[in-house]
Amino acid sequence: MLDKKIINKIRGIVGKEHVSTEMSDRICYSYDALKLKFLPDVVVHPVTAEEISQIMKLANIELIPVSPRGAASGMTGGAVPVQGGILLSFERMNRIIDVDEDNLVATVEPGVITEAFQKRVEKVGLFYPPDPASLKFSTLGGNVAECAGGPRCVKYGVTKDFIIGLEVVTPTGDIITTGGPTMKGVVGYDLTKLMCGSEGTLGIITKIIIKLLPLPEAKKTMLVLFDTLDGAAEAVSAITRAKIIPTTLEFMDGRTIDCVRKATSLEVPDEVQALLIIEVDGDRDTIERQADRIAQVVQPLGVIETRIAETAAESEALWQIRRSVSPALRNVMPNKFNEDICVPRSKVPEMIRKVDEISNRLGMPIVNYGHAGDGNIHVNIMFDQNEPGMLANAQQAIEDVFKGALELGGTMSGEHGVGIAKAPYIPLEVTPEAALYMKAIKKSLDPNNILNPGKIFLEEQEQD
Amino acid sequence: MAKLKELEDYREEIEQCVKCGACRAHCPVFIAENREGRVARGKIALAQSVLAGEVDFSGKVLEDMSQCLLCGSCCAQCPNKVHTEDIVAAARRRIAKERGLSLFGKGVAAVLGRPKLMNMLAKSGGALSSLLFKKIPKESGLRLRFPAPYIEKDRTLPPVTAKPFRERVPEIIPGDPAQPTVLFFTGCGINYMYPEIGEAFIKALKFLGVTIITPKDQACCGLPAVSAGATGTVEKLAEENLAAIGRHSFDYIVTACASCNAGLGNIYAEMGEEFTEVSAKTMDIFVFLAKHGLPEKLETLPKAKNRTRVTYHDPCHLRTQGITKEPRQILKALPQVDYVEMEDAGTCCGLGGTYSVYHYETSKKIGARKAAHIAESQADLVATDCPGCIMQLQDSINHADQKQQAVHILNLLNEALDQFK
Repeated sequence: MLDKKIINKIRGIVGKEHVSTEMSDRICYSYDALKLKFLPDVVVHPVTAEEISQIMKLANIELIPVSPRGAASGMTGGAVPVQGGILLSFERMNRIIDVDEDNLVATVEPGVITEAFQKRVEKVGLFYPPDPASLKFSTLGGNVAECAGGPRCVKYGVTKDFIIGLEVVTPTGDIITTGGPTMKGVVGYDLTKLMCGSEGTLGIITKIIIKLLPLPEAKKTMLVLFDTLDGAAEAVSAITRAKIIPTTLEFMDGRTIDCVRKATSLEVPDEVQALLIIEVDGDRDTIERQADRIAQVVQPLGVIETRIAETAAESEALWQIRRSVSPALRNVMPNKFNEDICVPRSKVPEMIRKVDEISNRLGMPIVNYGHAGDGNIHVNIMFDQNEPGMLANAQQAIEDVFKGALELGGTMSGEHGVGIAKAPYIPLEVTPEAALYMKAIKKSLDPNNILNPGKIFLEEQEQD
Repeated sequence: MAKLKELEDYREEIEQCVKCGACRAHCPVFIAENREGRVARGKIALAQSVLAGEVDFSGKVLEDMSQCLLCGSCCAQCPNKVHTEDIVAAARRRIAKERGLSLFGKGVAAVLGRPKLMNMLAKSGGALSSLLFKKIPKESGLRLRFPAPYIEKDRTLPPVTAKPFRERVPEIIPGDPAQPTVLFFTGCGINYMYPEIGEAFIKALKFLGVTIITPKDQACCGLPAVSAGATGTVEKLAEENLAAIGRHSFDYIVTACASCNAGLGNIYAEMGEEFTEVSAKTMDIFVFLAKHGLPEKLETLPKAKNRTRVTYHDPCHLRTQGITKEPRQILKALPQVDYVEMEDAGTCCGLGGTYSVYHYETSKKIGARKAAHIAESQADLVATDCPGCIMQLQDSINHADQKQQAVHILNLLNEALDQFK
């Protein structure tokens, strides 16, 4: 427990009603979607960068760990206080400060909910494309810290592609700005990009400057059913070769389709081995043309059926198939590891075959779905932790899947980040030299290692 | 013996929460209060810690457990369909058992458990009301289901009737033998505050030739007591109702109160095999009317020239059971109604059983969002299917200085039925 004097100092900084050492709050701020629990000593709800700056200065004097937390919807433990200490939660910093229609730029605080921001800018005909599955509840601060992705990233890019400037409190308590509201800017290192995906280890984001696009006039969704996995994978390349980049290109393998079929009323013929949900957006004429062209180029690739949504309701029904995957998997096994490897898009079929081999060898169900358009596959390793040996097998499967992705020139995480979940596997992907480079940055910026410690790199690795 | 589940019985379901945070987007209390302890995920974590013996129900844990409307919005959007509303209710029962009923709980238990006291309070309503409630609408209101000291002065409540509904109608109204027999479970709202809804109910069923039984000795369904964690009261009321209902033979138990519907249909179903029949036969009035051809009959009426713009609020206790179509179907079929859908029609009004009594400030914030959506819809009336919602909706509308009226769909149906004469 932290010394009462320190708690009182924190109360002095943010006001006592925004500081809690109640067990109830410590429990409620101890987890994220990784489901592991680490109790903070104190939960703090700051409202300005100045308050956070003072907290960081205090934390450096007293050597107290500090962990920032948005909505705690992350999958890898990025927001959990593994060493206890101060938990900074951003619910109060949730203002959309400005939407500048002349410059297509918005400025927000980190606690703004992604979807609320999207709705706000769409009201004035603007568009913020990144769409992580958690967008209804995740925060923009968390999205930036984890560099969130989503289905639409195939066409538009990931969170970092839209972040042009930040206000950051450094681990030692300085307030700095990076980038700015201009579309160009090359003065000094690109600290904005460095912060994107840094998982709250290099600084605390207190303001975000976001680039916006004009809102596309319309979109069109289609579902294509294939008789082989290769057909679906080949379709992805065929669409690319036809010089069309769809907004989304979501993929489900045969095992995933089976799960969904069992759990819902999905009507898909038995011989379907893979499906793609494809959406295009733009002006009406263009999307009609693109949808027809897509249907045409994929047709020779073992297409069993193509369904094109004509209304918003029909489009919604197609997306419902994708959304029903996650709950449907629960019926297979009680536990799952959801990994989000990413490989070059042409390597998707090869990767799926590798996963099948791992699944057969270890005798555990693994289902694959995800963002085929950018090679980002959600590999779900299903197991029952109460069955002897299954957890160990699942862990073996993770390692084999990661190795497989790396062999194909891919990465072990396209969207979810490292956090604590993937920290043990870091040496598979990051060479010792590159790790040294990264750790040198961390060490020079956070000499006391108090900002979100225990993330990305395992502690013992940091000591060598 | 009627028996509610213990918190321990939910252990497995509690473990199903994957902590994804999806409930943060849908919990009305979280949206108003913006703290993790207020959201389903936080409450599940607290329940887990209580079951693991890491913390007990005291201090802020109690406060967080009290901050839930039991509306089920979280469960509707939960990828693993964890019923946080049931888990919180079980936690409250355990709190009541361990620590005694909190003050509010005691108040609710004392009043609801004693119909005679309720009748007495109803009859003496006039005297109490002027002290307690501001006078909107014109008539003064009275606390009935709520312990007086906890009711804020700026709250609008409906007037309490001098003659409860069940004293106004014969216990059995015979109908066409070819038509089904319906047992009318009135609930307290209709009996003591909105007798005109009960009268409209009778009129609608008479129109269809249905035989109607309204047992005089029926008690409160017990749902507010569920909200308060008053296990004994819920179980006692359930048994009293079972006895009162069991004296009659009928095809359906029909409710015009969403909460009573969930009480009899869902809560009782979990309490023991002897309730199976009661629960299975319980049906919402609009489901019943839709099933028995009323929309088709209404469609034969000529549409009125000057129609009233009406929107619909989904009571949580119907929405969570998937009953959303039939009330709208009837509303749309009414000749004097121009139906319009409002945004977020399915979010909780903020009443939440006894929630609004002891968290009135949060309840008002939740109601304010509702009132804003009603205003945006440009409807003149907001219709619903639950006296509790009507009470809360009207209070929210008044706080927002808006002009709309909250009504029961049956009130509107009542007008339309006159045209058949």
